[in-house]
Amino acid sequence: MTPFQYSKPTSIDAALALTGPQARFIAGGTNLLDLMKENLDQPEHLIDITGLPLDQVSQTEAGGLLIGALVSNADLAWHPLVEQSYPLLSQAILAGASPQLRNMASTGGNLLQRTRCYYFYDASTPCNKREPGSGCPARDGLNRIHAILGASGSCVAVHPSDMCVALAALEARVHVQGKAGVRQIDFADFHRLPGDSPQRDNQLAYDELITAIELPAPQFSQHSHYLKVRDRESYAFALISVAAALELDGDNIVSARLALGGVAHKPWRNPAVEQMLQGRAASSESFAAAADMLLADAKPLAHNAFKIKLAHAAIVRAFTEAAATGVA
Amino acid sequence: MSDTPTDPSGQAISLTLNGTPRQLQVQPWTTLLDLLREQLDLTGTKKGCDHGQCGACTVLRNGRRVNACLTLAIMCDGDQLTTIEGVADGDSLHPLQQAFIEHDAFQCGYCTPGQICSALGMANEGRVRSRDDIKEAMSGNLCRCGAYSNILDAVEATLPLIHGGPRP
Repeated sequence: MTPFQYSKPTSIDAALALTGPQARFIAGGTNLLDLMKENLDQPEHLIDITGLPLDQVSQTEAGGLLIGALVSNADLAWHPLVEQSYPLLSQAILAGASPQLRNMASTGGNLLQRTRCYYFYDASTPCNKREPGSGCPARDGLNRIHAILGASGSCVAVHPSDMCVALAALEARVHVQGKAGVRQIDFADFHRLPGDSPQRDNQLAYDELITAIELPAPQFSQHSHYLKVRDRESYAFALISVAAALELDGDNIVSARLALGGVAHKPWRNPAVEQMLQGRAASSESFAAAADMLLADAKPLAHNAFKIKLAHAAIVRAFTEAAATGVA
Repeated sequence: MSDTPTDPSGQAISLTLNGTPRQLQVQPWTTLLDLLREQLDLTGTKKGCDHGQCGACTVLRNGRRVNACLTLAIMCDGDQLTTIEGVADGDSLHPLQQAFIEHDAFQCGYCTPGQICSALGMANEGRVRSRDDIKEAMSGNLCRCGAYSNILDAVEATLPLIHGGPRP
């Protein structure tokens, strides 16, 4: 690693005062230190935020949860309120990484992890995300793991997180604090599509800190399922993942949520698909119609056409499992 | 290997290492793994991939299993650390170490310290109930020799003895 300056502030304001284009916040460090070892990121200053009071999970007045940005992935997955009321989130977190990494990684950091596109990770190749304007070798190279939705001419990378797919389906809000004050960002708007500026993964400015993730009151605790399809049974990134959630009245769908991972530069969701499911029977026909609609604009690259069929089957199966959960 | 346990130009931290309080000076960019191996001569913790993918560097930080290669030493100020050197009780092996011998749970042995620390961390978590659970919970530790079935036997046989035990 290239040498850097290290600071450990004890207040959010003190942490924000240290920010700059060449500074990075560090909490779990599981992705940042890896990037620094590969010289893919060479910050001059690390701001250790693990001394900030952001490690609590509390209930909100609206009946939801406020999750501090420093809560570890393991603690969040196994928090009694999450296991009980947001089992989709527990499942998604436990599907990701390894137990060691989940002990280290923070809630806020999970949102900020970078793509595992092999060209992004290989500093000897061009990459528009690493060096804007240098090109995208993945578009015409090896692209089996890459995007089928929302890609651009300049980037076909996918977002690697499992947790974020569940947070998208649950309509979480990201609480952010910067020098200019606080703001909240809808999860759907937090990550961005690559367009012609794939170097930016999300809407966060360098002088802004994620302080918490807020979940609305639980709506899908009875019927949800996170399905992850990958090349090996554990400890691998998703080829396709599906966060499916249903609110049912008998066999009828009152409301539905559907988000996909492994397919785009951000967790992929289309509220029109969810509206289409409202009032329909919770049947394989309905779920297949949702899959058809969500994947209507999917465009394969040379090596990943299989992802479209795989995603279709995974959506139907995840919804089927979700409908069956909680039923004796 | 340096004889000096600290880097005089570094920043001061204090931590408890295998039960012994230590005052150390480290550079901000020194990982916990490099501190253990290069500055403290605790070479039981292994460097495999150095990227958090293999688990050979697994140690216990405040009773939780972590990858020492992706942990900055300077961020361990005030922490309790246990490495493979701190697992036995003097000359008497920990039951898990004994079980690794009895079940022939290694060939080259390079991944073994990480496997053992990871299994101890797994026991502290208290979440596994079945052989399949153990497989999933040990997925962060690779064994290139492929001794997985014997590792699983050793961990499964020992788990009732250490399950839910106090965090070291």
